[in-house]
Amino acid sequence: MTSDAQSPAVLVAGAGVFPRRRRAAGSRPRRPARRFASWLGLTPFALYVLIFLAIPTVLAVLSGLVDAQGRFTTSALSALFTPEILKTFASSFWVSAVTAIVGAIVGALVCYALLGLRPQGALRSMVDSAASVLAQFGGVMLAFAFIATIGSQGLITLLLQRTLHLNIYANGVWLYDVPGLLLPYIYFQVPLMIITFMPALEGLKPQWAEANATLGGTRRTYWLRIAGPVLAPSFLGSLLLLFANAFSSYATAAALISQGAQIVPLQIRGALISETVLGRSNVAGALALGMIVVMVVLMWAYSALQSRTTRWQR
Amino acid sequence: MFTRRTIVGIAALAAITISLSACSSTATPTASGAADAKTATSVAAFGDMAGLVKAANAEGALNVIALPANWANYGKIIAAFKKKYPKITVNSALPDGSSAEEIKAAVDLAGQNTAPDVFDLGPAVALASTAKFAPYKVSTWDAIPAANKEKTGLWVNDYTGLMSVGYDSKVITTAPKKISDLLGSAYRGKVAINGDPTQAGAAFAAVGLAAIQNGGSATDFQPGIDFFSKLNKAGNFLTVDPTPATIAAGETPVVFDWSYNNLAQAATTPSWKTVVFPGSAYGSYYNQAINKDAPHPAAARLWQEFIYSPTAQNLYLAAGAFPVQIAAMDKAGTTDKAAQATAGKMPSTFVSPTAAETTAAGALLTAKWAAAIGK
Repeated sequence: MTSDAQSPAVLVAGAGVFPRRRRAAGSRPRRPARRFASWLGLTPFALYVLIFLAIPTVLAVLSGLVDAQGRFTTSALSALFTPEILKTFASSFWVSAVTAIVGAIVGALVCYALLGLRPQGALRSMVDSAASVLAQFGGVMLAFAFIATIGSQGLITLLLQRTLHLNIYANGVWLYDVPGLLLPYIYFQVPLMIITFMPALEGLKPQWAEANATLGGTRRTYWLRIAGPVLAPSFLGSLLLLFANAFSSYATAAALISQGAQIVPLQIRGALISETVLGRSNVAGALALGMIVVMVVLMWAYSALQSRTTRWQR
Repeated sequence: MFTRRTIVGIAALAAITISLSACSSTATPTASGAADAKTATSVAAFGDMAGLVKAANAEGALNVIALPANWANYGKIIAAFKKKYPKITVNSALPDGSSAEEIKAAVDLAGQNTAPDVFDLGPAVALASTAKFAPYKVSTWDAIPAANKEKTGLWVNDYTGLMSVGYDSKVITTAPKKISDLLGSAYRGKVAINGDPTQAGAAFAAVGLAAIQNGGSATDFQPGIDFFSKLNKAGNFLTVDPTPATIAAGETPVVFDWSYNNLAQAATTPSWKTVVFPGSAYGSYYNQAINKDAPHPAAARLWQEFIYSPTAQNLYLAAGAFPVQIAAMDKAGTTDKAAQATAGKMPSTFVSPTAAETTAAGALLTAKWAAAIGK
């Protein structure tokens, strides 16, 4: 337990492995200097986080609490609870949840299939590198790729129409609405799942399966009692990562959806740059605050889950 | 320990900020007469036109923002300006930006030499941002009708279009004659508007046109919202943002947009036709204004002189936009006849909402639009 409590600090300190080993050797006098050095090593990262994450976040949130004249107001915050905005939060949740769950399950299955291949094999390294590239393939390029393939004049759309007489847009074009986000999002969620979940699967030791077999366990008990519990935290962690990834995605949605600002990031855009409805930039700040609250709750749930599962993982 | 590090971090950040602002302050032009140019309210402050050109040449650059090349001929207007004043580099930023983004850029980049010098703004943003403008009266000031300018020259109308429907005549073989034709099954999944009306002026105008064509008015946008709701229920409304590329690809075969944008599309898509429905027309002037903190104040004023010269005004007209000085130009005989043929005749009256009406319609759209076009 005590080592558990210490491990985050060691992790944060960067080159965490070395101090621990040296401490075992017991060279006491040099300790403060070393500690200082390890804090110093953290400085660039801490500065980076401060300048590009902490300060912008605080500024964005503060902008939600003042009006155009710089006076404190809660009117933007109360705008968060109007039915229109609550609806966009609901669609954001819906899209993120569906694409995270589908992405996680499909990605995990692909990882499992990859386990059967030689780690140095051509196919395996090809899937690995393709996954790392495609996980970052979002935004306008991805939106355009989908417009060109399954847009109303897209290659596949027309092919289906001409060969199978199947019109995927018989009831109107859905690609440019919230349901239209599902396919493009899953397109980058699955590869992200593969790159985040694969190391966990690779960590399964063959000895555990052998021990299970020796003790008379079945394949089912292996997955249910050993692999399942061992993988659960990293699976759920990846799931939350995927959810957060979809929840904060902006560019793909911005390129596809132009009407109604149906998800939260698009509402923020609307509040910031509208040329017809003015003076709502503080609503953008309030919306950002709403998104941060969601993220904080997600991360808190993740760490609570993590500390619970690591207890019996060791 | 951690707090000390944080303080060090903040100090470093402050140092960076100070050095950045120091950089930008040295970048402001210090050419002779720059101080005068910032407060010049007419060409007289420079002596004469040659004096203005000299001051602008000394600055050597002009920053324009949110001027798409295919919007009201801005590509050609910028090219003509460059040709006439070769010593001035024109930096065109954020061509597809909105009016609000123009003002946002002026605020965010204030004090830097990349800040916009001049704006081309929709009416709502122009009226709300007058504190950001420098007053200037161009030499053709008297040719601009009094209703089309702020009396000290903070903003001046430059051109207007009429809200129109463009369509690909290869896909839609019979031209729509009235707005309700668009509800027919031939238009399934085909009708788009240029942006979201709660964000983009052109889309806002599309709802305005639908309103006045369906019994509403500038004070009553509800019939327009109802029309698009019906269009959506019929499966005809397309929520993609139309661009010249989507039109050329056939992805958006029917588009509500300003007449000058739809007319310009015919150059790249020959089968693209433009219809202005009979009955009440809907128009809206855009506005020129000079950034009060323009990094190139003389070049900004030279741009204004150029915009209100017959060359640029005729280029607007050639794109199908009606320039604000058209009546005076007709009288003086400087109107380009070929351009006039493209644009057609300007209607004697058209509906254009006032600032108060725009605000009210904006509030209505914010509350109702998403639900009206939701699935």
